[in-house]
Amino acid sequence: MSEQEKYSRRDFLKKSGYAAGGVVGGGLLASFITMQVMEDDPKTKNQSDGGSDDQFNDAFMFFTNRDDFRVLASSCERVFPEDENGPGAIKLGVPFFIDHQLAGPWGNNTKEYMQGPFYKGEPTQGYQSRMNRGEIFRMGIKKLKEKSQSDYQKSFQELSTEEQDKILTAFENDEVKMTGTTSAEFFELMRAATIEGVYADPMYSGNRNMEGWKMKQFPGAQMSYIGKIESDKFVDIEPQSLHSMLNK
Amino acid sequence: MAKTLPKVDVVTVGVGWTGGILAAELAKDGMKVVGLERGKERSTEDYLHGHDELRYALRYELMQDTSKETITFRNNRKQRALPMRQLGSFLLGENLGGAGVHWNGQTYRFFPYDFEIKSMTEKKYGKGKIKDGYFVQDWGITYDELEPYYDQFEKACGISGEENPMAGKRSNPYPTPPMKSTRSLDKFAEATKELGYKPYRIPSANLSEPYKNQYGLQINACQYCAFCERFGCEYGAKSDPVISVIPAAQESGNYEIRYHSNVTEVIYDGSKVTGVKYVDVQSGEEFIQPAEVVALTSYVMNNVKFLLMSDIGQKYDPKSGQGVVGRSYCYQILPGATGFYEEEQFNTFMGAGALGTSINDYYGDNFDHSELDFIHGGVISITQTGKRPIANNPTPPDTPRWGKEFKSNSIKYYTRTLTIGSQGASLPYKENFLDLDPTYKDAYGLPLLRMTYNFTDQDKKLQKYITQKTAEISEKMGASKTVPNPELTDYSIVPYQTTHNTGGAIMGADPNSSVVNSYLQHWNAENLFVVGASAFAHNGGVNPTDTVGALAYRAAEGIKKYRKNGGSLV
Repeated sequence: MSEQEKYSRRDFLKKSGYAAGGVVGGGLLASFITMQVMEDDPKTKNQSDGGSDDQFNDAFMFFTNRDDFRVLASSCERVFPEDENGPGAIKLGVPFFIDHQLAGPWGNNTKEYMQGPFYKGEPTQGYQSRMNRGEIFRMGIKKLKEKSQSDYQKSFQELSTEEQDKILTAFENDEVKMTGTTSAEFFELMRAATIEGVYADPMYSGNRNMEGWKMKQFPGAQMSYIGKIESDKFVDIEPQSLHSMLNK
Repeated sequence: MAKTLPKVDVVTVGVGWTGGILAAELAKDGMKVVGLERGKERSTEDYLHGHDELRYALRYELMQDTSKETITFRNNRKQRALPMRQLGSFLLGENLGGAGVHWNGQTYRFFPYDFEIKSMTEKKYGKGKIKDGYFVQDWGITYDELEPYYDQFEKACGISGEENPMAGKRSNPYPTPPMKSTRSLDKFAEATKELGYKPYRIPSANLSEPYKNQYGLQINACQYCAFCERFGCEYGAKSDPVISVIPAAQESGNYEIRYHSNVTEVIYDGSKVTGVKYVDVQSGEEFIQPAEVVALTSYVMNNVKFLLMSDIGQKYDPKSGQGVVGRSYCYQILPGATGFYEEEQFNTFMGAGALGTSINDYYGDNFDHSELDFIHGGVISITQTGKRPIANNPTPPDTPRWGKEFKSNSIKYYTRTLTIGSQGASLPYKENFLDLDPTYKDAYGLPLLRMTYNFTDQDKKLQKYITQKTAEISEKMGASKTVPNPELTDYSIVPYQTTHNTGGAIMGADPNSSVVNSYLQHWNAENLFVVGASAFAHNGGVNPTDTVGALAYRAAEGIKKYRKNGGSLV
């Protein structure tokens, strides 16, 4: 691991003024953030638990190589970036959330009707790809890498955030040619999965330490609001997860 | 070779609200009833760890497995229909209790106007008011005739509510008082009163207090936990078929539910039905269940599909306009406006599925349509059903859909928006219908149901008019900025809208323009009852479940009469 990669993310953010809400220049290398996705995990470990330091869940169930994973992580971070509100997609564990989702029923389209014949269809007819979501993600990431090389002769993670946004916008606007699916379809899946990873129960590996919920003032899995529902004032409630419900 | 089982009095195809109500009423009356449920058993204990938005709301834990069965969809006859490969626009249920488990519990009656819409419209505005191509017709039953059955269903559920000054006459007050109110509901009530409207609390199947129904079954008090729609209730506080009616059937000793039993055919001899054929989806074995009476009690889609597959009744032909099965498929439209509040933060994450306040000043013919180019209208409401964070990311217009500004705004406005919503009535149109798909098949080799549907001119005008009214209310409530819903374009199967699908096997007084009579008895098979929202001659502008429940009680009475006297009940 290089010195640069060991550089703590928190220090980096402090020095760049990013965490404090400072202006982020176009020159910010997103690679700086995403390089650390695996090596410098989100700090969610609660030492006082007496638990292990290891985040056993932070490993690949779907992805096979680190570069693909980093491209995904950089994309998610652009959808939901770290800012003055709090952590972004990477720190929230969203890339691992998506990895795990792609490895399971969602990525394999087990509840979707996948019988042919397949036709493109009208936008009002929805998902008509013969590819499952995992395959769409694989192809989408491959295309992100190719477009970075052809537009900037760099890998996606080496681009500035503005350059990354330009590429992602081209995907969103369906300007990148893909076969069997469309770049817009990939982008929408990636965007939706990112938001899911930010706010799903932390048992799914995203929303680390319930930070997604805390930012949004959503209290998570509460049993009852019967004593608070009539309050004229906003009620700020410490969130709790399904894990803590099960262990009560 | 299918194995033929001993004959029973009644077999129901599906065990949700309608199958559960028939079972409770008929088994209690001494009939041997078998319920065939394609899914699995489930109960209140299964929902204790269910506050999981991803699993239930996004991954559809309680919903139909579309890999096995779905529908195909197209906007018009010129298009090629393609499978709805994943759920979206509406959420079909599966397993014991069906869609009755994941409902919100808003339990409105339809209004007298709905049942006599054609006569009342023509009487007041003349024959030209209903445009060509719209199959608007009276239901063959009046509100007053249906009232006792509404009363029975509401007693089974223990509905919490208060008198609505603009609704049809009630024979009894609601079984339990209205739910608690909230800051946002109070704001809506004040604003609508100031505008001269008559707000009332939404009748709710999330109960305000513990209640024992006519079967001696207990329904508990709602905890306002905010996980209703798309979820089951871990408190047994949201009336559903599994807690409110099915145990009554089971206690009679005359009821058997067979799970994993997927019906593939209603056996029809040209004048009567003799039973149903089904497959045990786990063993693959096929059975024939003979019965004196067959009741189709699945959701709208499959009620219609069984009639089409088993060739019972004349299929609707959109070219000639002849035939009735599959005709008059309706949906609903969703006018509304969202208010953004810079100064106030609301407890939007708390709530209950039917926690809300409504007005009916723009329902049916409660407002003058002389100068308007549409008929009917819709309920206008504020609800506090509990906004969950994945699905609720409201942002002011012009906010990008992702990135820094999206993040900031979606976080900020999550607790700072209040939506005034409506459910616009949906009228049958000649080009909106259900038939069998010629290409795509389900997991049992049967054709998928094909839906041909688009919004009509009537829908577009109604949407625009009611949206304006909702925006006025939002402004009156003091929103910093009000954003009205967009005008309607083409219907899309993709984004969730509402699970209020109706029609395809409608009721009426004339066999040439309806599939079933006012007892839900099929015109072409006297021992076949087709029960559910499939019988709605059009869709009203409120939630349909109360009317579905009322019709099920009506059908139960019809089946009792039929078993005594036989023949046509009308």
